[in-house]
Amino acid sequence: MFYRENGQFKSTYRADQQIFPIRQDRTFMLGVLIAAFVLVPLLASNYFLQAIFIPFLILSLAAIGLNILVGYCGQISIGSGAFMAVGAYAAWNFGVRIPATPLVIQILLGGVFATLVGVVFGVPSLRIRGLYLAVTTLAAQFFVDWAFLRIPYFTNYSSSGNVSVPALSAFGLPVQTPVQRYLFVLVFVVVFAVLAKNLVRGAIGRQWMAIRDMDVAASVIGIRPVYAKLTAFAVSSFIIGVAGALWAYIHLGSWEPLAFDLNRSLQLLFIVIIGGLGSIVGSFFGAAFMVLLPVLLTNVPHLFGLSISVDVASHIEHMVFGALIVFFLIVEPHGLARLWSIGKEKLRIWPFPH
Amino acid sequence: MKRSFKLAAAMVAVAGTLLTASLPAAAAEEQFVPLLAYRTGSFAPLGIPWADGKMDYLKLVNERDGGINGVKIVYEECETAYATDRGVECYERLKNSHGGASGFDTQSTGITFALTDKAIVDGFSIETVGYGLSQSADGSVFKWNFPLLGTYWTAADVMIQDIAKKLGGEDKLKGKKIALVYHDSPYGKEPITLLKARAEANGFELLLYPVTAPGVQQKSTWLQVRQSRPDFLLLWSAGIMTPTAIREAQAVGYPRDKMYGIWWASSENDVQDLGEVAKGYNGITIHNSADHGRVHEDLKKHVYDKGQGTDTDGKYVGTIAHTRGMMISMLQVEAIRTAQEKYGKGKHMTPEQVRWGFENLNITQERLEELGFAKLMKPVKTSCSNHMGDDWARIIQWNGSKFEIVSDWYQSDKKYVEPLVKELAAKYATEKKLEVRNCEG
Repeated sequence: MFYRENGQFKSTYRADQQIFPIRQDRTFMLGVLIAAFVLVPLLASNYFLQAIFIPFLILSLAAIGLNILVGYCGQISIGSGAFMAVGAYAAWNFGVRIPATPLVIQILLGGVFATLVGVVFGVPSLRIRGLYLAVTTLAAQFFVDWAFLRIPYFTNYSSSGNVSVPALSAFGLPVQTPVQRYLFVLVFVVVFAVLAKNLVRGAIGRQWMAIRDMDVAASVIGIRPVYAKLTAFAVSSFIIGVAGALWAYIHLGSWEPLAFDLNRSLQLLFIVIIGGLGSIVGSFFGAAFMVLLPVLLTNVPHLFGLSISVDVASHIEHMVFGALIVFFLIVEPHGLARLWSIGKEKLRIWPFPH
Repeated sequence: MKRSFKLAAAMVAVAGTLLTASLPAAAAEEQFVPLLAYRTGSFAPLGIPWADGKMDYLKLVNERDGGINGVKIVYEECETAYATDRGVECYERLKNSHGGASGFDTQSTGITFALTDKAIVDGFSIETVGYGLSQSADGSVFKWNFPLLGTYWTAADVMIQDIAKKLGGEDKLKGKKIALVYHDSPYGKEPITLLKARAEANGFELLLYPVTAPGVQQKSTWLQVRQSRPDFLLLWSAGIMTPTAIREAQAVGYPRDKMYGIWWASSENDVQDLGEVAKGYNGITIHNSADHGRVHEDLKKHVYDKGQGTDTDGKYVGTIAHTRGMMISMLQVEAIRTAQEKYGKGKHMTPEQVRWGFENLNITQERLEELGFAKLMKPVKTSCSNHMGDDWARIIQWNGSKFEIVSDWYQSDKKYVEPLVKELAAKYATEKKLEVRNCEG
């Protein structure tokens, strides 16, 4: 009907190579961006901003990072919570020890340190793969948990091991009200999503995918596994580290290592699997699924005037969540992103399906 | 394209109004108390009776007294599972419901930390009875925090006092070894600051044994305990960690009567399945939460006999955790009542007015008699500079089937606690660039 590319001819390489080759997609994306930057801050209540949109955006960012590693390069990691923690604590340490560091630089430095740690823990990937690699990334998780709990330097000798950030401001503007914080996070997520999208469709992304599909074949055609794997670890950890710093700074404001424990790693892995391996947009779908579903499941019975006790609701949530994950993966093992692209395919050939 | 976008925008708007419309508009004769709880997760055995107690007391006030001077209490529970991010979500969801939350009892040290920063900006009281940040007792810095009845520092101090008493005087502590086995989280680390100060002043050796959460793996810790043979052992545990620790103590032959559990590690559900194994295990109570008062009879008569109790099995009423939940709600209700005395009886109190109520609590002995808490508590008075009120505590001991009160009343030694409160509160104020209020005037 309206989603058809008839008559859209590309006459330059530039036009042929753009991220969204179809005009409808570009318009849609523009609409989404306008909605995200203008409509949401105007319409959404503080609760929606703080409890739904901000965690959704930050988890999407972390999922993009993990997707580069797991989805594009095929290196399974269950240590992403650790890299988030490194990002958060490194950023915080810069803020505390060099108070003149601007906020954005603090957060990016958090990413840089996460990169270093990520590369170190990525080294085993040169020799081992699959489940074995997953277990070594698990070691990263435990090591980082241990370090931030036991080494008092990292928490600036805080008596309880808990750290918190002071009032934030960036470029002379305060980042305090929900709208300001939402916009701050949104800018990060948009910039990183575009960067990630461009990386994965460039030369480096093709190398990652070649390694993922068959590393021996990839090295035969001249791709260096060392370079490809370590860059995947580096880029992925950088993005996850930035997401970790945002999670700590913007979402929590005060945190302990428990905020980045194994559950967070598993949550991110679920987001990537449900959203779709090897898909940037899938990271957003997965994060939305993960953040919105629990909130919906807790609020929906109330909307219909049903009163169920919170523990029952919580248990129902676990059951529904598990069931939905199994259902989705049976129906569409490639995740929500694949459903999305099937939907688009169907629209393009509607009303005459093959 | 355009149409679908409009549709989406309309749907978002409708969803927004639905969510806001489902909450009744603030009525003058209602007062909202949010109830954060963890009824699931690894701390649920403690969280369930605690949450039941909090809700039961609010039901009792509505049933018995018809609310606070006629103002009905409305409440809503939110499940945090002890996770900080879930707690933040609950806070955001509930803070503006029904005309503003009267105060948050977060039930978690981690959530307390996260909300302390937010509450300063938003203006909501954080009530942390017996937990939270110990230095928040200094009201001149922590305007919105109320660690009522006692903190981990006062508890640790009382434990040391009881040990000293058993030894025959504080001078006998010199040269002794006291171990702290703690949950490796902000919760477990809180007492260390005070214990270090005490160790320095009294000349005992402090041994620190962290246990990784959730605390089911403690073998190596207890091998160390067996090796170093501390004279006494303080246990800062929670949930599954407590019974595991007592079992391990039995396994390495550490005498249970030399162990002192913090109040969250000494309620019936921690030890009853162990029975004789835990015999002799000491615990500390906030004020006297192990006893029973007339409020329990009132609760039975006005709530449970009408079939409206929160705890449908009825097996938790009267347990320490449940009673403590009731104490927490009672303090919340009394803060609202105190605020009403200043700002108008029978009216809805704003969060700022409730804060004033928390800061000017004066629960006298007569008031405690009226409330049915006379045997459970000693009088409590708060002020601008003292947000903790009066910290009383007693030691209880498990005799194999129930807890017995074995000590007289204790109060923490101000000589050790107050300098730390001042020092760390001042540090917090500089770090956060907070304005320190002048409490003299």
